[in-house]
Amino acid sequence: MSKQTINLNVNGQSVTAEAEPRELLIHVLREQLEITGPHIGCETTHCGACTVDMDGMSVKSCTVFAVQAQGKEITTIEGLGDPDKLHVLQEKFKEHHGLQCGFCTPGMITRAHRLLEENPNPTEEDVRFGIAGNLCRCTGYQNIVKSVMAAAEELNKPESVT
Amino acid sequence: MSATAESVQERRAALKGLGTSRKRVEDARFTQGKGNYVDDIKLPDMLFGDFVRSQHAHARVKSIDTSAAMELPGVIAVLTAKDLEPLNLHWMPTLAGDKQMVLADGKVLFQGQEIAFVIAEDRYIAADAVDLVKVEFEELPVLVDPFKAELPDAPILREDIADEKEGAHGARRHPNHIFTWEQGDKAATETVIGEADVVAEEMVYYHRTHPCPMETCGSVASMDKVNGKLTLWGTFQAPHVVRTVASLLSGIAEHNIRVVSPDIGGGFGNKVGVYPGYVCSIVASIVTGKPVKWVEDRMENLSATAFARDYWMQGKIAATKEGKITGLWCHTTADHGAFDACADPTKYPAGFMNICTGSYDIPTAYLAVDGIYTNKAPGGVAYRCSFRVTEAAYFIERMIEVLAIKLNMDAAELRAKNFIRKDQFPYQSALGWEYDSGDYHTAWDKALESVGYSKLREEQSQRVEDFKAGKTRKLMGIGLCHFTEIVGAGPVKNCDILGMGMFDSCEIRIHPTGSALARLGTISQGQGHATTFAQILATEIGISADDITIEEGDTDTAPYGLGTYGSRSTPVAGAATAMAGRKIRAKAQMIAAYLLEVHDNDIEWEVDRFVVKGAPEKFKTMKEIAYASYNQAIPGVEPGLEAVSYYDPPNMTYPFGAYVCVMDVDVDTGVSDIRQFYALDDCGTRINPMIIEGQVHGGLTEALAIALGQEIAYDELGNVKTGTLMDFFIPTSWETPNYQTDFTETPSPHHPIGAKGVGESPNVGGVPAFSNAINDAFRAFGLTHTHMPHDHWRIWKTANELGLHAES
Amino acid sequence: MITGNFEYHQPGSIPEAVALLSKLGDDARVIAGGHSLIPTMKLRLAMPEHLIDLQAVKELRKISVSGGEVCIGAMTTQAELIASEELHKAAPIVRETSLQIADPQVRYMGTLGGNVANGDPGNDMPALMQCLDASFTLSGPDGERTVNAREFYEAAYFTARDDLEILTEIRFPAYSGGYAYEKQKRKIGDYATAAAAVLLTKGADGSCEQASIALTNLSDTPLFCEEASRQLVSDGLDSASVNSAVASAMGQIDPVDDNRGPAEFKRHAAAIILRRAIQQAWARA
Repeated sequence: MSKQTINLNVNGQSVTAEAEPRELLIHVLREQLEITGPHIGCETTHCGACTVDMDGMSVKSCTVFAVQAQGKEITTIEGLGDPDKLHVLQEKFKEHHGLQCGFCTPGMITRAHRLLEENPNPTEEDVRFGIAGNLCRCTGYQNIVKSVMAAAEELNKPESVT
Repeated sequence: MSATAESVQERRAALKGLGTSRKRVEDARFTQGKGNYVDDIKLPDMLFGDFVRSQHAHARVKSIDTSAAMELPGVIAVLTAKDLEPLNLHWMPTLAGDKQMVLADGKVLFQGQEIAFVIAEDRYIAADAVDLVKVEFEELPVLVDPFKAELPDAPILREDIADEKEGAHGARRHPNHIFTWEQGDKAATETVIGEADVVAEEMVYYHRTHPCPMETCGSVASMDKVNGKLTLWGTFQAPHVVRTVASLLSGIAEHNIRVVSPDIGGGFGNKVGVYPGYVCSIVASIVTGKPVKWVEDRMENLSATAFARDYWMQGKIAATKEGKITGLWCHTTADHGAFDACADPTKYPAGFMNICTGSYDIPTAYLAVDGIYTNKAPGGVAYRCSFRVTEAAYFIERMIEVLAIKLNMDAAELRAKNFIRKDQFPYQSALGWEYDSGDYHTAWDKALESVGYSKLREEQSQRVEDFKAGKTRKLMGIGLCHFTEIVGAGPVKNCDILGMGMFDSCEIRIHPTGSALARLGTISQGQGHATTFAQILATEIGISADDITIEEGDTDTAPYGLGTYGSRSTPVAGAATAMAGRKIRAKAQMIAAYLLEVHDNDIEWEVDRFVVKGAPEKFKTMKEIAYASYNQAIPGVEPGLEAVSYYDPPNMTYPFGAYVCVMDVDVDTGVSDIRQFYALDDCGTRINPMIIEGQVHGGLTEALAIALGQEIAYDELGNVKTGTLMDFFIPTSWETPNYQTDFTETPSPHHPIGAKGVGESPNVGGVPAFSNAINDAFRAFGLTHTHMPHDHWRIWKTANELGLHAES
Repeated sequence: MITGNFEYHQPGSIPEAVALLSKLGDDARVIAGGHSLIPTMKLRLAMPEHLIDLQAVKELRKISVSGGEVCIGAMTTQAELIASEELHKAAPIVRETSLQIADPQVRYMGTLGGNVANGDPGNDMPALMQCLDASFTLSGPDGERTVNAREFYEAAYFTARDDLEILTEIRFPAYSGGYAYEKQKRKIGDYATAAAAVLLTKGADGSCEQASIALTNLSDTPLFCEEASRQLVSDGLDSASVNSAVASAMGQIDPVDDNRGPAEFKRHAAAIILRRAIQQAWARA
């Protein structure tokens, strides 16, 4: 099957990839664009390790063909913060021990980011419901929820509004 | 200087040593998506391998036609057993003394078994080629029930060893029988049971499940034919053992093999074993001369690499009518699947199942375990567990409940009546262990008080009344558990894997400017070793944990160690770290004495420095000493400041805990709701309370999953029914409660810093607590025991069988 | 978990999509959110040679309420259904149901049209649409036609939609009465062990003026419980008539044994879930 040219905006940069129609977005990101933050955990749309943000939606990139993402804006964990200035969620996950093996973390933070964009004042229940598409085997979620709540609180402080 | 000097407390705090909730150094890369897991490894010209697997559970392989696959552009090779046979790699030894087919050698013995290995330019082509390999099968009768394994009409599974009367663990009485392992005094136990006031009897099944870490298993092999060096990256919880096995299997000298465990996305026992994928990636790289990656998908992971538990434990527990336990008897039927691929120490074919007397002073006991072959995936790995300790803890904690019912006694009181008392430690158990330390009554009383136990029982009684009066359809269960673990395998005199003694190691280098590098034989899979081992060392050598780099997982640089599983890293490698640190300090003392121009014995250690006794203004900090060790000629002392320790633990450690789970159970829908979970853990000296708490949360959630639904189920034809995360239960944040954690601290007397290990405790203790809560909910209605997993329909079935759905 | 090869098409309008499908015939599959189709393709249980992606067909992505009728384009996602205040006012049961489908990520991609069209008895929207008495617009080579949701489902994965038709629109009357979608599942992301959609309207005199009941995943199709619905209107909501309506609905179900449990359990659970849905809807009526 012939390859197609796929133009994406990934983490603020225009990029181009050549891919067969059947190539999954997660594979194009990881193997061609060397964006290895999103991981492959189940391949059946259950675990959320491959979560990226696509045009303002959290999506499981193992269940999107790269051709379907043509022209879209993709944000991955790599686009949320940088070593000099981490995103608040990244800071709070560190502070509250919201991760252990780290495998689910990029998807989890990327999802939490969208959740807080949509709901800046979530209750604990909102957070638990909002991240239920991301599985974690290490933390039991308690500290993840704590981290997300703490990030929301931090983002809501007047001085942190940029 | 002394006027502005920080206080001892300030200096101690600055070290971020033992007892500090130090933030994890690993998290910077993980939160930024810069972890380096095996599937992130990308080498030039790398090929990708994928398996053709069996859809049948038992069949003869009549032929394998790879021609169509080979014609597909981009396919490099297709390996079958015939290709591996000349290299003697078509079978491989398991860690349990059995052998396992790498690729199907004439027959297949479980659904998902590896038949052929396709090597292609990328994973897409490999997947297409897998579909093009044609395998002709002749189906054979399938054995899925271990209790039918020795019936006259049972199919013989392992024809390769059908006539062997002796296995790795003694006599075999049938071709489908692997071993019988006996511990304790059978005759005495049967006498005690025969003469007891009360005997409770139950079959306790701990169902088959799977560790299912978020990252599946995988490897990248790269054979450099120019230098004759093989590099193997992979999901290995024991990289050094993998190197030794790879050398023995391939014939490549061990110094020419470098095994690297990069970041590992969770292990939980899944990544201890050696799997056909690893072997095939090595062979494929040798054959093609190019790097070859193999990463399994989730269905392959759940159906082929490892499983855990599957123990049928028939128990009898004897007691006086006052509730003093006099004896325990257990016969276990262990379903190992097609190959015995446990990862237990050699002398323990059923792991440490003989810890099944639990936290109780049981004078007489007997345990027998029969290992059986069935047409299921091979294994019997320790899923967040120290070698069958989970099974043992579940067994005794269910038997205690069953006995309490028989005695019509409160289960908390029965436990307290039988705990090993504090003054009995070190305690010799009837099944051969020496418990190092414990204070069970204190922990138990604290737990019961914290949850308001008697109030909970009152509420439960009221609920039963309300239920009987038709006011509610929800019952309330109080799940109790007091577990004792045995971890930190283990003393070399009785613990080895493939002949390798189960010591562990640490090597430390102090740099001239006073920072340090420490390398260990273990490998973190999320436990935070880079954080906690630096803390141990900080306290030992007085260098801030922030100035210590911890490295693990590269066999070219790290000292030999047996790896990370069975909660052994802290008890064994943690001890090695402390001991190596003490060697550093001993040398530092000589240097400091020289610099201070006093005798060695005239100075003493104080947090981060040696101080002249009686003259606190005269001291040398470790930083100063480190510098001096590199730039001064000190008579009788070699330059530099390095140490290595290989630590052979004198005993195991015995962490324990007291857990209480309160649940509401809807008898109509079978839906259970966790109202409260209290977990008190005693893991001895606490290195990093934040990390301990995180381990407890995670372990409890894995316990919740196992107790309430997670299983690897097979139908009667040996088809895996739970091969995806739709059916293999992993709770989300929504189904998971908040846990309340607590602790007591009873240091291990033989461990250099008194630490015992904690990672597996919550899983070992959590499963009985959840299961006991479900069972307890129905106690008032005559239930003695119901099997896990307690998912909705099984809870409903229990209620149904108790007549709770009868029209009122 | 790699799909077979296919050619990808992205038509920009309904006629273009219909023409493509007519041309490619059986070798083609229409993809909406893809969250049922892509996993099926990864298992190679479906190996279409052509995929016709409807994402660029803008007219399929809409929610409108006018003249007491709700009209939703097939490509409207569950997330959009949840977010729409207009829709929530017109039919609050849609949000309640949508929130119980899969997980957040899936709801961003999963569409109403895909959910109702593929005929999976585990999907939640078909029973909801039957409960709401929705109708589906199908566009094919011979033009447009409308099929009532209560007549659309024939068997698992078999519907009244012809292979060459595309489901483009869903219409149903706005509904302001009591409502409930009750779903028992093992965890977030699971299909229903049993689920029930119930709409009840209470008259000024406290009687039940209108009732509609439909069930999810209890047969090889969603089930509209006509008789049970009628009983609630004629006999009211006292416990005897609720019992009899539930019994009538249970007479229709035909659950199968699976990992969620044996059929016997599902029968019991379904009755409980339906009863709860009725109680909840009535309490809100």
